Amino acid sequence: MLIAVLSGFLLALIAPAVCAVSREWAGWTLALLPAALFAWFASYLPGVMADGAQVITYPWFPALDIQLSFLIDGLSLMFALLISGIGTFILIYAGGYLKGHPDIARFYVVMLAFMASMLGVVLSDNLISLFVFWELTSITSYLLIGFDHEDMNARRSALQGLFVTAAGGLALMAGLVMLGTITGSYALSDVLASETVLSEHPWFTPLLLCVLAGCFTKSAQVPFHFWLPNAMAAPTPVSAFLHSATMVKAGVYLLARLSPAMGDSELWTLLLSLFGGMTMFLGAFMAITHTGAKKLLAYSTIMALGTLVMLIGIGTHYAMVAFATFLIAHSLYKGALFMIAGILDHETGTKDVSEMGGLARLMPITAIFTVVAALSLAAVPPLLGFVGKELMFEAVLGAPVLGGLLIVLAVGAGVGVMVAAGVIAIKPFFGERRETPKHPHEAPVSMLAGPVVLASLSLLFGLALFIPEQALVGPVVTSLGGAADKVHLSLWHGINVPLMLSGLSLVIALAIFAFWSRLQPSLAILREAGGRFGPEAGYFRIMEWLTRIASWQTRVLQNGTMGNYLITLVMTTVLITGYTLLSQHGSTLRVPVPALDSGFAWSIALLMLVSALFASITRSRLGAVASMGVMGFSVALIFILFSAPDLGITQILVETLTVILLVLVLFRLPGFIRLSSPLERGRDIVVAIFAGVLMTLLILAATDLQFFDPISAEQVARSAPDAHGRNIVNVILVDFRALDTLGEIFVLALAAVGVYSMINLRAEDQRS
Amino acid sequence: MNESNTLILRTAALFLMPLQLLFSVFLLLRGHDEPGGGFIAGLVASGAVVLFLFSYGVREARSLLRVDPRDLLAAGLLFGLASVFPALLVGDPLMTAQWWYLPMPGGGTLKLSTPLIFDIGVYLTVVGAILTMVFALSQAESDA
Amino acid sequence: METLMAYVVGVMFAAAVYMMLRRSIVKLVIGLMLLSNAANLLIFTVAGMKQGAPPLIPEGAEAPATAVADPLPQALILTAIVIAFGVLAFSVVLIHRAYEVVGTDDLDQMKDTDT
Repeated sequence: MLIAVLSGFLLALIAPAVCAVSREWAGWTLALLPAALFAWFASYLPGVMADGAQVITYPWFPALDIQLSFLIDGLSLMFALLISGIGTFILIYAGGYLKGHPDIARFYVVMLAFMASMLGVVLSDNLISLFVFWELTSITSYLLIGFDHEDMNARRSALQGLFVTAAGGLALMAGLVMLGTITGSYALSDVLASETVLSEHPWFTPLLLCVLAGCFTKSAQVPFHFWLPNAMAAPTPVSAFLHSATMVKAGVYLLARLSPAMGDSELWTLLLSLFGGMTMFLGAFMAITHTGAKKLLAYSTIMALGTLVMLIGIGTHYAMVAFATFLIAHSLYKGALFMIAGILDHETGTKDVSEMGGLARLMPITAIFTVVAALSLAAVPPLLGFVGKELMFEAVLGAPVLGGLLIVLAVGAGVGVMVAAGVIAIKPFFGERRETPKHPHEAPVSMLAGPVVLASLSLLFGLALFIPEQALVGPVVTSLGGAADKVHLSLWHGINVPLMLSGLSLVIALAIFAFWSRLQPSLAILREAGGRFGPEAGYFRIMEWLTRIASWQTRVLQNGTMGNYLITLVMTTVLITGYTLLSQHGSTLRVPVPALDSGFAWSIALLMLVSALFASITRSRLGAVASMGVMGFSVALIFILFSAPDLGITQILVETLTVILLVLVLFRLPGFIRLSSPLERGRDIVVAIFAGVLMTLLILAATDLQFFDPISAEQVARSAPDAHGRNIVNVILVDFRALDTLGEIFVLALAAVGVYSMINLRAEDQRS
Repeated sequence: MNESNTLILRTAALFLMPLQLLFSVFLLLRGHDEPGGGFIAGLVASGAVVLFLFSYGVREARSLLRVDPRDLLAAGLLFGLASVFPALLVGDPLMTAQWWYLPMPGGGTLKLSTPLIFDIGVYLTVVGAILTMVFALSQAESDA
Repeated sequence: METLMAYVVGVMFAAAVYMMLRRSIVKLVIGLMLLSNAANLLIFTVAGMKQGAPPLIPEGAEAPATAVADPLPQALILTAIVIAFGVLAFSVVLIHRAYEVVGTDDLDQMKDTDT
């Protein structure tokens, strides 16, 4: 399981090499991994259908109770299957869509890393590792939206997406930590099985709000929805994968995952139903005001996300069945439709569907499968989308709160997506043939594979409902805490209220669709008003204030005089530390006169004193550098004298290199000159003496007081038997505290790269 | 840095450098048991190359080294990172030290371990970092 | 011995702060070097100073025969020395570069040159 999740990252590492070798077949080659993963996850299905959840654990930081553990049940498995399955087609599709793009290797790298992170999110059992993967999806999404990094608009959209999702991510982290603290475990499986009734805990409301903030931003719920349509600046494969089928569903996933633990609260039901319902309606409404194929689909995705959140909020048995069915249906048709939008854009050279027409004769296969997928979107029988929609109506009718409002919103949303489906399926392909910037042809096989398979599955699942019912919906309902044996999907329920609602929305939709072109101008006015006063405008205002406050406080705090900063820092430290020291230990603090025990040590100490003082008063650079050398070697002698051979050797070697460094650079700088006035010097001397006295007192206090035993006793004892090393200092460096050392060599490497780049910058300046 | 004209320094550098490099490897390998280890060995090795650079000039030193010091830097960091993961494969927490004893022809055993890999990473990083800086600086000097 | 070193370290800190408050950038570098030496010695002193007891285990033994100097601060200082060198190199080059671009070595004048 570990390998399955991490394999995406590993493949991402070598993806550029694969690209270089297999060239235009790279998409097909790389798609082998998600395909294999799909098969592998599918092999878990029978087990999960029979026994329910499994947890697989690998230790990560056991000391902090952070495990890398994976939870496999109906819910996570369904997501894993969607991610790897759709991922397979997306990689193949990207091979065709981005054919010949110079940065295609980078695209594959980030895409595979994203896929692996997404698998991590849905499979993680540990809240912390879930959060880490969650943030990784935000970062990879940022890189993918901004893939076309020379485009200002793409960069801005990428940053917007990152800001919104990362802000939510912070809230989510707080929420997850609260969750872990309340239940006493960071394992999801424990949280879900916990006896604690979360909704009665005093922290429940902040906890709920934090988790919702994370999930709502990620899953583009109103009022955080605006980043998703802007994210359409990404290449189409990205939009199809991240922003319709997978990443935006991470929030939905987490809500569904937590619903058994938190869903019994009224606040949860109310907030989720309300925000989900609003998002559903607004998304559908905004969809029909747009003519760009991708924007239109993006808004219909927002509608779908809202529907899913609302269904989780309602939380009845019907709602859970509807949730699972609608989720599968949506991923299938939306993935297909996005890829088709990409095909249209790729073949005609325009994104605006109102500029297309009559393409059916030129692209018959695309046209057929567009219609199939769009029918599923519009919820027409016998497609899976219809089943999902019927169940959704059924669930809304049984909603515990806000019933009336939700029904109105649901019918409105139903109308909206039907119109949207009509626009996407009929406008480009039928009617009069229109001239487009490029002359369209049928798309290549690599680009058709995804839409064809996904659209066919929508149809197949609709006709053979027992397949999704047994394999996916049942296990999902089980993992949400429902009863799988009561799940029964069917196309025909007899004439009942949901069917009538479907019929009603179909009639209204047909009416709107007939006048769509004529309605466009007035819809566009509405859209612009929304842009001026909507939440996105709020986002821009916040960002503007942020920069204004930042520049104001920078002007105040950072006035540019180095000396002032330093005096502030030193004096603050002296006052705070000095106050604590004297108030806590002032009575016990002794200031003894050093004993004259070792003449050798005394002479070294004297040497250090003299060199420190000489360095500060001399007017010659050479004198200062020489006295620093004396200082360095004296320190080395102290180290050697007092049982630290490793330190002594290191200090001597570094001292030698320092001299070389100073010779190379420092003597090309001007000599010492007196720049400051006597008054300033006097002030500085006072500050310096304060600092020095504080340090002396600190050392005296620290050597006098011993609050607890040094932790190194255990390291000394375990060095030889457990770490097989007799030089304890080295064992600490490379074994006991290797993580520190790892960080330190990275700092060293950064310093070296910094030096290198500064010098090479200069070389460029001189050349120009 | 222009190359030095002192015959003594040039001759001495030629003899001293291989000895110093050898000594640095010795320090690196014995570091787990006696004073030494990656940091010290790395400093000794870079000192050796810097001595050569001072007597023969930066171009000679570069061609002597064959690889770009920046590659050493990257290799060092990769070694350091590589030592982190073997523990995960055998089911221990991340970064747990792993030891492998390989029987050698002649009856001895070769002790290999992730701390050793890590120490080699430290060694390479130190050498790479210092040489990257010194090469860049002396290049700038000789260009100026 | 710790008492004596306490005074020495205090003087070193004072000298370091004084040098870092000078307006000449070269003196700033000297101050940085003093500061890192002083900090290392501070840790070393606070951990307790012992003569003739390096933290090494004799061959064949499982633990040192007598009490040894505390190895943990030594390990921390060892990396600190090397890092201090890296940071020093970085700051020296940065300062040199700033001097070249701005054309002054007076820190107070550097702030007015927004280049």
